[in-house]
Amino acid sequence: MSEPIREKPLTKNFSPGEAPFDLKQYESGGGYQAVRKAMTEMAPEDVTGVVKEANLRGRGGAGFPTGMKWSFVPMGDRAPKRKYLVANADEMEPGTFKDRLLLEGDPHQFIEGMILAAYAIQADVAYIFLRWAYKKAEALLGKAIAEAYEAGYLGKNILGSGYNLELYLHTSAGRYICGEETALMNALEGKRPIPRTKPPFPQTSGLWGKPTIVQNVETLCNVPHIVANGADWYKSLSYSGNGGTKLFGASGKIKRPAIWELPLGTPMRELLEEHAGGMQDGLKFRGVLPGGASTDFLVEEHLDLPMDYEPVMEAGSRLGTGTMVILDDKTCPVGMIRNLELFFTRESCGFCTPCRDGIPWTHRLLDAIETGDGKPEDIDNLDFIINTITRMLGRTFCAFAPGAVEPLQSGLKYFRDDFEQHIGEKRCPYAS
Amino acid sequence: MLTEEERREIEEEFEHFDYKQAVSVDALKIVQKHRGWVSDESIKDIAELLEMSPAELDGVATFYNLIYRKPVGKHVILLCDSVSCWVMGCDRMRAHFTKRLGIDFGETSEDNEFTLLPMQCLGTCDHAPAMMIDETLHRDLDEDKIDGIIERYKG
Ligand SMILES: Cc1cc2nc3c(=O)[nH]c(=O)nc-3n(C[C@H](O)[C@H](O)[C@H](O)COP(=O)(O)O)c2cc1C
Ligand code: SF4
Repeated sequence: MSEPIREKPLTKNFSPGEAPFDLKQYESGGGYQAVRKAMTEMAPEDVTGVVKEANLRGRGGAGFPTGMKWSFVPMGDRAPKRKYLVANADEMEPGTFKDRLLLEGDPHQFIEGMILAAYAIQADVAYIFLRWAYKKAEALLGKAIAEAYEAGYLGKNILGSGYNLELYLHTSAGRYICGEETALMNALEGKRPIPRTKPPFPQTSGLWGKPTIVQNVETLCNVPHIVANGADWYKSLSYSGNGGTKLFGASGKIKRPAIWELPLGTPMRELLEEHAGGMQDGLKFRGVLPGGASTDFLVEEHLDLPMDYEPVMEAGSRLGTGTMVILDDKTCPVGMIRNLELFFTRESCGFCTPCRDGIPWTHRLLDAIETGDGKPEDIDNLDFIINTITRMLGRTFCAFAPGAVEPLQSGLKYFRDDFEQHIGEKRCPYAS
Repeated sequence: MLTEEERREIEEEFEHFDYKQAVSVDALKIVQKHRGWVSDESIKDIAELLEMSPAELDGVATFYNLIYRKPVGKHVILLCDSVSCWVMGCDRMRAHFTKRLGIDFGETSEDNEFTLLPMQCLGTCDHAPAMMIDETLHRDLDEDKIDGIIERYKG
């Protein structure tokens, strides 16, 4: 593991409590130089090339290599006439609050990332798919987009390059599944936003059947820095071969819940003990969802894990969005998992039977156990539902259902005694 | 019937897309902004403008948590009950609303001032528990803070 250089490119312009940089301020800190460089010195394929070489992986949860995704888009004269770039700003994964920070903290950085990504795939139109609740981000983005048009970074013949790009802001009306990229495309088309079967993949057949790239906000914010400073610099920001810093975060009963930009591969213990200041007084650490609601619990023995894609995967969970939710020893794990499954019950789009019927069933069982009505066979039934859904991996229309059972299956593994105690004593032992 | 203003606002959205149907969510939100909710009649009127069937548009409208197909109170309280807010005590906040306003999730107060709804993670987990009232975010909630907020909205 090599020691990373300590830079914080994504948050360097942040000034908490103050308005984010306007166009002039952003430019004076080197902003839009990457767009200038790309439009004057780089072919679209060169932009894709450097992003690929930098080993930037998607920050929206799945961790797919970004440059590789762009390289699947048809290019050249024979490519379809319309192509689209979509920024996924639907952030609704419970426990995740990093994209909000980036949108509110430096909207121009995000727009510059979008222009570069759009240029790389030669998109004609770009949409920001923003969740309804992010009102402040909506206002800031509206202003930043207008400024970028005014300065000639958007619109026709950008910086004299001959490249045209229109960028529109779309705000949604609240539904978690809209963050899934194929559901998101149905949402943008004005249809009922349920996911689509893959293949065909969006890179060749997405919005209105045209090549489309959907990219997370944080992923896009990395792109200007990669284009400006190169792949080697980007790789040196992290502890591992995956490039870059990551916005990590933590919430729950810790002393200082927040978001921190740190090298990818920073140990979980450092995040929790140094940056989050440890647990609140009188409480002990019990477990953690490392990357949002749809990631498996990790426990004490995993605290020294580097927060990076592979190590977290090997420990049986996922880096997900990198924002952790902490379980303490005075909070009921059964209650917490019941809460998670209530969320998934409400938000299942209803397209696939095991998800539509299985997830609400887990919630009913968990509710019975939590309120003292649980029976020993309820645990077998939970196992049965989990197995049905995980055995079907790749057979539900989207990754919602397997994600929904991740905290449940790991919760049963690590907190089994709690489940049994609830059932045995016919009450929640944590209730005062 | 859509008002002139509603129709104009919806038509302005057309320029962002090549297809009329694509503005369905915007159109629903525009009508909701003017009328507080979206009635069956509005569904028919919007569908006609967007060249969709009313059934298809209703399939969109009913899918979204924040398109109201029933009337709501003057203010809508969207209390986050996702995991971080749950750990930090949103159940207590919900109980407090019930005590203060006599309403639980999905209900509107008798004076028609407030509707209380559960909300998914508001992306402000470092300041849990959190809620939105109409379009304003309120964070780091406790019972006293909620009392103060209710008073301000009642006025
Ligand atoms: C149920 C579900 C919800 C999702 N929600 C989001 C989201 O809110 N934001 C996001 O960036 N990605 C979300 N994703 C992942 C997207 O499908 C997609 O992988 C991602 O936007 C790709 O961008 P990235 O490669 O830059 O991470 C979600 C996936 C699923 C299955
Ligand atoms: S897995 Fe669930 S959310 Fe995904 S398409 Fe199937 S029913 Fe819908």
